[in-house]
This record gives sequence, C-alpha cells and structure tokens, in this order.
Amino acid sequence: MAAWNALAQFFPAAAGRTWQLHGGLHLPDHKALANLASIQPAGWPPTLVLPLSQHIGEAARPLVKPGDKVRKGQMIAKAEGWLSAPLHAPTSGRVSALEDRPVPHPSGQSAVCLVIEPDGLDQWADLPPPLADFAKRPAAELLARIAWAGLVGQGGATFPAAVKLAPRTPVHTLILNGAECEPYISCDDRLMRERPGRVLAGAAILRHILGVERCLIGIEDNKPEAIAALRQALRESGDDATRLVVVPTLYPSGGEKQLIWLLTGQKVPSGGLPAQVGMVCQNVATASAAADAVLDGRPMISRIVTLAGARMARPGNWEVPIGIPVAELIAQAGGDRSPAEGLIAGGPMMGFYLHSDTIPITKGLNCLLALSAQEAPDPGPALACIRCGRCAEVCPVRLLPQQLYWYARAKEFDKTREYHLADCIECGCCAQVCPSHIPLVHYYRFAKTELAARDREKREAEQARIRYEAHLARQERERQAKQRQRPATPAPTGEAEAAAKRVAIEAALKRVADRKATERTHEPQK
Amino acid sequence: MLLTIAAVTLLTLILGTLLGFAALRFRVEGNPIADQAEKILPQTQCGQCGFAGCRPYAEALAQGETPVNLCVPGGPTVAVALAELLGQDPKTIGRLEEKPKAVAYIIETECIGCTLCLQACPVDAILGAAKQLHVVLKGVCTGCELCLPPCPVDCIRMVPTAGTLRTWRWPVPGTAASGSSPSSLFANRS
Repeated sequence: MAAWNALAQFFPAAAGRTWQLHGGLHLPDHKALANLASIQPAGWPPTLVLPLSQHIGEAARPLVKPGDKVRKGQMIAKAEGWLSAPLHAPTSGRVSALEDRPVPHPSGQSAVCLVIEPDGLDQWADLPPPLADFAKRPAAELLARIAWAGLVGQGGATFPAAVKLAPRTPVHTLILNGAECEPYISCDDRLMRERPGRVLAGAAILRHILGVERCLIGIEDNKPEAIAALRQALRESGDDATRLVVVPTLYPSGGEKQLIWLLTGQKVPSGGLPAQVGMVCQNVATASAAADAVLDGRPMISRIVTLAGARMARPGNWEVPIGIPVAELIAQAGGDRSPAEGLIAGGPMMGFYLHSDTIPITKGLNCLLALSAQEAPDPGPALACIRCGRCAEVCPVRLLPQQLYWYARAKEFDKTREYHLADCIECGCCAQVCPSHIPLVHYYRFAKTELAARDREKREAEQARIRYEAHLARQERERQAKQRQRPATPAPTGEAEAAAKRVAIEAALKRVADRKATERTHEPQK
Repeated sequence: MLLTIAAVTLLTLILGTLLGFAALRFRVEGNPIADQAEKILPQTQCGQCGFAGCRPYAEALAQGETPVNLCVPGGPTVAVALAELLGQDPKTIGRLEEKPKAVAYIIETECIGCTLCLQACPVDAILGAAKQLHVVLKGVCTGCELCLPPCPVDCIRMVPTAGTLRTWRWPVPGTAASGSSPSSLFANRS
C-alpha cells in the first residue's frame, strides 16, 4: 500500500486522477460521421505517388530508378542522415517515374516523389524475420527494426519514431496518445476498437526498447467503445504495468505536452522535449505500426485515414496504401458530393487546405475533410482586435495570443520570440473564439516561418564570415610564402660595394647611350 | 572644514583608483559597435557598399562616417536594423529594393578554366584549377556577383535559388496570396 501511495504521489494518473488543462475548448466532435463503420481496405490505384520526404528531416535517398521492378515491402529509399526515415514499396509493381509532384503541404508546392505503377500481383519482397520473442532481444536490435520500417509519428508530426525512442536522457514512462481530440478524426478510435491487442503489443515493444516499466495510455472519454476494448485487452493480457487513463474530452488534450500534463502533472519545459521530464510520448497508431514491424517484419506501407465532412459521400475509416492519390481514395469511397475543392488535410482545427486532389496520402496524413458551407462558413473579413482577451483564456499553453498577434502583424518578430511564439502548438483555440474572426494561427505560422528564415540567414552569414576570414588568412599565408621563396638579394654594405655599384650603373647608362647613338646613325640609311 | 576636504580628497582618490582599475581590467578590445554592426550585415563580402567587405563597412558605420543604407544584399531589413543600432532615424534610410537571393552558376560548356573567378570569390565558393572546369558550391555561394566581371567569357549566370518545402514561408496574412488558415473557419462560433 505504501508503494501504491508513493506511486500515486508521482503519478496521479495511476490513482485514477488527471490534472486539469488550462483553457481548451469543448468542440462539437462530429466523430459519429466516420466512426460507425469498421475500417475498410482501399483498392490499388493505377499509380502510387511516394514523396521522398514524408517525415521531418532530410528527404530519403532513392534506391530504385524509373523502370525498376519493386516488390511489396522492398525498401525503395533509404534514410539520409539522423532525422530521416526510409521508404518502402506499398505493393509490387514498376517504378514509372522519379519526379516532382504536388505533395501535402500548405504551400501547394511540389517535391520529389517516386511513382509506382502497381502490377496487381501484390508480391511480397523478402522481409526480415518476425521477432515474436522481442522481450529476449536487445533493445538496439528492435530499434534498428523500427528504423528500418520507416516508422514516423502517425499523429501528424511525422517525427521519425526510432529517433524519439532513443532519448538522450533517462526516461521512466511511456505515454501512448489515444486522445484524438480534434473533431471529425476517428482513425485512432477505430484502431483501438478493432485492434486493441496490436496497440498493447506495440506498447510492450516500445516499453522494452525504452527500458521503462510504466506505460500510460491517454484516451478521451468520448470514445467509450475504444476504452472498453482496450480494458478488455488489458485484462486478457494480464499486463499490469500499462494503465489506461480516461481524460475528459477537451480540445486540445491530445497535444503531446498537454497530454503529459493531463496524465502526470509534469510540465515539459519551454522549448524542451518530453524526455527531459523522463517521458516519451507516441501515438497509438505508431505503437500498432511498431508491432507490425517487430512481430511481422512489416514496414510502414499503409495507414488508416478518416474521410469525413458533409460533402463526403461515404465517410468512414479506410486502411490505405501510402501514396494513394487523394482523388482516387475519394472516388473509391463513393465520390465526393461536389467538386473536390476545399479539401482539408488533417483536422478542421490544425489542418490545411490541399491545393490539388492528385496529392498522395503520406505517412502523417490522418484525415481528409470535405466540409460543407454549413460546417465551415466563411468567417468574413477579419475585424479589428477589440482586446477582449478570450484568446488568452482558451490558450492551452498560457501564451498571450493577442500580444503575439500584434507583434506578428507589425513584423516585430524578435518580440514574438520573447513572448514564446515557439511554444505555440497552433491548436487554433484562439482563432476559434476570436469574435473579430482574426486568423490568429495564420499570423503565428507566418511569424514562425519568418523567424526560422532569419535564423537560417544568420547561420549562413556566420558561415560566410568564417569562410571570408579563412580566405583572407589564406591569401596572407600565400603572400608570405611567396616572399620567403624570393631569393634574398644581399644588401650592399660598405663604401667599396657602393662605389662598385655606382660604377656598374654608370657603365650601363653609357652602354644604353652608345646603342641609342648607333641606332640614330643607322636610321637615315633606311 | 579640513576634515571635509580630507574626506572628499580621500573619496576622490579611492573612486579614481577604482575607475582607473576598471578601465584597465574591463577594457573592451576593438569596437563593440562595429562587431554588432557586422553581426547584422549579411557577410556576402560583395563590396557593393563601396567598402572592401562587411567588416570594413561595419567599422565605418561605427565611426559614423557612412550612411546605413549602402548594403544592397541586406536590403531594407538590414538598413533598418543598422539604423536602430546606431540610433539613426529610419525615415532617412531611403528606398532599397529587396533582391531575390541568387547563386552563381558556371555554364560548363563555356568555362575555359582561367581561374580568374576563383581569385575573385571572397568565400572560396568556386572549385577549380587552371584549365579545369570550375564549379560553384551552391551551399556556400553568397550571391555577391564579384565573380561576374573577371570572367573573360561571361559564362557565369546568377540563378535565383528555388525555395524548398523546408525553407517555405507562410505568406503575410490578409494578402490576396495568403488564402486562409483552416483553423479560423471551423463552424463553432458561440
């Protein structure tokens, strides 16, 4: 009992208690649009488009070239550098192109993609052996498997999982994020309902890799079926180190730092990582994918995507191959009820508009929304800020959204930094409650990228300065070396030498004068 | 009376010694204003300001000998930052156009391998040797254009750098190009 009390002191969640989030919003969740039917598999599209950069960090380096045959699960691009992840063929087929294609990004820009034409045979490549006895294997081996599988965070941040699972500071708790707090999205909900065993197996694997005992699964109380399914699976597995913690439904409880606070009452320091407070947080879908990689030797070649919104003809959750074009997926899902414009990638709060429907589904894309005008009315032009302060009340990070807005608008980016813009999670609560319809998050995103650009320029300038100084130093070295090499002329010393020199000069002058005289005498004869 | 004089004299001596000591002990080498100005300058070393590089311009600025709006690659941003540092009125800066960033590119078929551009490059961003093809290191080139005039065959072009997804910036909110951020349009306005 004493141990239990000590535990409860450090982990109130273990005692069934959660901490309270500052701010946040109760949003209509609209989850019932998509979470009623079970996950459906999507068919093969005529082409799969695989961006080489589906993770934060350097783009992967392609291992195949156009014309090559690939098999399902074959690595087609390898990780390039530390913060990168490899890419695998979602099915067998032929690589038809390696070219720039539109990718899911708010800019609407293109990036290098591998294009694969499936051959319909769906032949597997040789996969690494399943590691069912993972508990007896060294963590490094499992970590290498996770890195090989190209696992990235499935919640949207697309941080390479293998990097996150090798924290530099000791950790004591694994947190699985099943909060799924954004409206409409229900892919994690369906996953936890239908495959709770996979999620728990993934949790056990991640725990083993991190070398931690304790695992907390955070889940919002608007998913009773998922909670029941996980409870059942937990009972069956007899796993007593993993604890399911139900948190009240309040957007954005699924933010990494927010969930850690809700479950443990620990604050991740500003600009810091959860590992600094001894925790690692992963999405439940990432855990499930880790189980696929370790128990089946299956790389990350598919994911579950929620299709929702009133304009979507058949909303639901689909298990789709990575790289399926959005238009193809929507066509398979019964077609969009109206032209495919105004499609949102991600949730309604944090997502962004897609610029084209040829864009492929990537590893971090969890939801596609086709919202109607009733669901997402045009807020109209932004009015002046009336300093009501509601944005500050709902900010889960306790920032001052109003101040940040003023400074971002005035392009005083240094000030936005002082007001901790970097800690803004872009959840959109402030913009949601703003009575003047000011697109606050847009201002923050704008200021964030401007700050990043300035930092980049500063780094480049510093590099240029160092190179310039090295250039000057080199020139100076070369000059000195040249001087040393030049044969030293002995300096004349003494009267005798000076006299000899004078005589030599006079003789030379006389020779010149003589030559000139002879030339002059010859000239008229020409 | 005498006591007062003695006390004041003593105080003067003590404080004077302290000041003198501080002046020696905490002496600042070089000109700190010049250092700060140099940090603001883009370090392209292009010489378009009329000085031999960023450092000489920074030193001239620190002396107050030269206007703040001479840095062409830095554009208005740098000019405003310099004006702020030197306590000048930003209104007198005058107009400076922001130039898109570009890097030099050597056309391979035309380069004769004369090494003249190598010598002109202030940051050693061009690789090559006599009668060998020269090539510009894209990541190091500052776009100063100092290699253009020495080239006898005019085979160097300035190519604007294409932004990548990682260097992309959100447009200024409220402008036509900016579109809208979905987080502001979800229907739940109470």
